Amino acid sequence: MSLQEYRGVMVVAEQKNNKIHSTTYELLNWGRGLADKLDCGLYCAVLGNNVQELDELIFRGADRVYHVSSPCLENFLARPYAAALARLVEEEKPEIVVAAATTTGRTIMPMAAARLETGLTADCTGLDIDPVERILLQTRPAIGGNIMATIKTPFTRPQMATVRPRSARQAARDTARRGEIVAKHYDGALFSTPENFLAFVKDTTQDVNIQDADIIVAGGKGMKNREGFKLVEELASLLGAGVGASRDAVDLGWVPYSHQVGLSGKTVAPKIYIALGISGKIQHLAGMQTSEYIVAVNKDPEAQIFKVADLGIVGDALEVVPQLIDQLKSIKANA
Amino acid sequence: MKIMVFIKQVPGTDNVKMNPETGTMVRTGSNNVINPLDENALEEALSIKRQVQDAVVTAISMGPLSARKALNEAIALGADAGVLLSSRAFAGSDTIATARVLSAAVRKLGGADLVLCGERATDGETGQTGPMIAEMLGLPVITFVKRIQMNGDRAVVERMVENGFERVEVPFPFLATVIKDINEPSFPTLAGKLRAGKAEVPVWGPVELGLDNGKLGLAGSPTRVVKVFSPKLARNTRLLKQDGSGQAVRELLKVLREKEVI
Ligand SMILES: Cc1cc2nc3c(=O)[nH]c(=O)nc-3n(C[C@H](O)[C@H](O)[C@H](O)COP(=O)(O)OP(=O)(O)OC[C@H]3O[C@@H](n4cnc5c(N)ncnc54)[C@H](O)[C@@H]3O)c2cc1C
Ligand SMILES: Nc1ncnc2c1ncn2[C@@H]1O[C@H](COP(=O)(O)O)[C@@H](O)[C@H]1O
Repeated sequence: MSLQEYRGVMVVAEQKNNKIHSTTYELLNWGRGLADKLDCGLYCAVLGNNVQELDELIFRGADRVYHVSSPCLENFLARPYAAALARLVEEEKPEIVVAAATTTGRTIMPMAAARLETGLTADCTGLDIDPVERILLQTRPAIGGNIMATIKTPFTRPQMATVRPRSARQAARDTARRGEIVAKHYDGALFSTPENFLAFVKDTTQDVNIQDADIIVAGGKGMKNREGFKLVEELASLLGAGVGASRDAVDLGWVPYSHQVGLSGKTVAPKIYIALGISGKIQHLAGMQTSEYIVAVNKDPEAQIFKVADLGIVGDALEVVPQLIDQLKSIKANA
Repeated sequence: MKIMVFIKQVPGTDNVKMNPETGTMVRTGSNNVINPLDENALEEALSIKRQVQDAVVTAISMGPLSARKALNEAIALGADAGVLLSSRAFAGSDTIATARVLSAAVRKLGGADLVLCGERATDGETGQTGPMIAEMLGLPVITFVKRIQMNGDRAVVERMVENGFERVEVPFPFLATVIKDINEPSFPTLAGKLRAGKAEVPVWGPVELGLDNGKLGLAGSPTRVVKVFSPKLARNTRLLKQDGSGQAVRELLKVLREKEVI
């Protein structure tokens, strides 16, 4: 393949129910930065069925939006989505393709990469351009988050990466920006696959999706037992916060896996992260260290979590949290 | 019904090293285990085997010769057979080069009705291999699976997504990548261990698989590690002691007020 044929940066929009999800604006922020460094266009690929409000993608930095629209893309099925993405990439030949490291992105990007016979780097937390080689540098945690690795794709195109949601801010909105929206219609045969989408069932244990939460109260093994962990949930509900957990808390069955924060759970970056009885092993930090403000309560003054905390309280969470809950309740009662 | 499970041998904990020159992982060989999610995949295969007639479960692993241990464990747990994919030519493979080898093994075995993988492995943590194998085999793929319900020539599968789960109906053959919630792996039985001791595990390299060396290992991997480094942490931490004065809690409330949370 001739590498020169490939030009431009393409980000793959994240949508749910044919509405653009805000993670897409983070991708556009990443993409704009890369496109400016390469002095090339920024494209946004939208896969779905009549996805609405595509102008917003232009306001957020896209120069051109490609909308592959088909009733076959009404609900998510891996093969039709991956086939549409691969086809679009073959036609438009971007040098870089970036998607979110969500259940969607993590499924269709490897399939597309396999079809395109090119490299893919999972779960990046940093993307940059090597100014000399004009090549994408993809940085991600490796080996249980103990080290960071920077990876490149030197010989094939496009260079593909998924990036962790919340590893960048959303692109600023500029309604004066102008761009182009291109509708792509592909033959139905491209989307054919034998499986049927039956239903989406919302998780009722998760009132607040922690990746969207502004505040997260998270508990670890230091909460001692399921009863102790209820304090985490009570505090979260008083603060209107999402409930996070360390892997140990999840493994002990105190809270479902969907609340796990960290390398093998979710990456979050809320305005405030309150870690209660969490030691702060590197794998947990990998999922929360970019939070704006971090509070930690831990009995052990040497706990690793204090290294990333803005405010640390050395003490027993089983005492501190009830006090805090009482105070918050009386503040609420007097308001 | 032919069920194939991909199991990867991974370092137990904290005993992985990097080769600073190639940026690839060096496996020390000691204290290696089956990737935890692959145990779930195997358990699911065995549970399906109990539900249908004439199911054969084959565990497949690519790795150094020492990965035979993982396959023996899989047989002890109840797999009918194991296949080891091992060759110098496979060293340094990234996910696409790995998927080429793994999918070639399924082809050589005459195809599968169900292929199961872990959603991700604890060492590489990419979760890319499963969907890549499916693409190479032309199979439908369901990722992040937490439930497989058999229903004749098809299955109803539940996959975890960001704020709930999706239910998908899929006819065989297909590939699924499983998450922890799907089941509780069991332990090997004595009979299983005896069987594992006697089992012959074939070793296949590029020749047996009919693969071209140029597409394998480091040479066949489109990605290259440029450098590895330690993540930097560090903030200006203010540490307070909970000393019974209530000051720590007051400070915390002050922060919450400043941040307009309360
Ligand atoms: C490949 C890999 C992936 C992983 N992925 C993740 C992941 O995604 N997320 C994750 O969280 N972990 C992950 N881990 C596990 C991680 O290494 C830690 O084991 C885990 O985060 C520890 O959880 P913890 O902090 O709750 O428990 P512990 O490490 O046991 O810490 C408990 C803490 O609570 C403190 N404590 C005890 N009692 C009290 C009290 N009364 N009041 C206040 N403090 C108290 C203790 O001082 C201690 O610091 C992963 C590990 C590996 C190898
Ligand atoms: N070398 C390997 N041998 C067997 N299975 C593998 C190998 N590498 C990856 N897999 C399978 O692919 C899954 C995802 O691995 P990864 O893409 O490395 O996170 C694992 O859980 C295994 O089921």
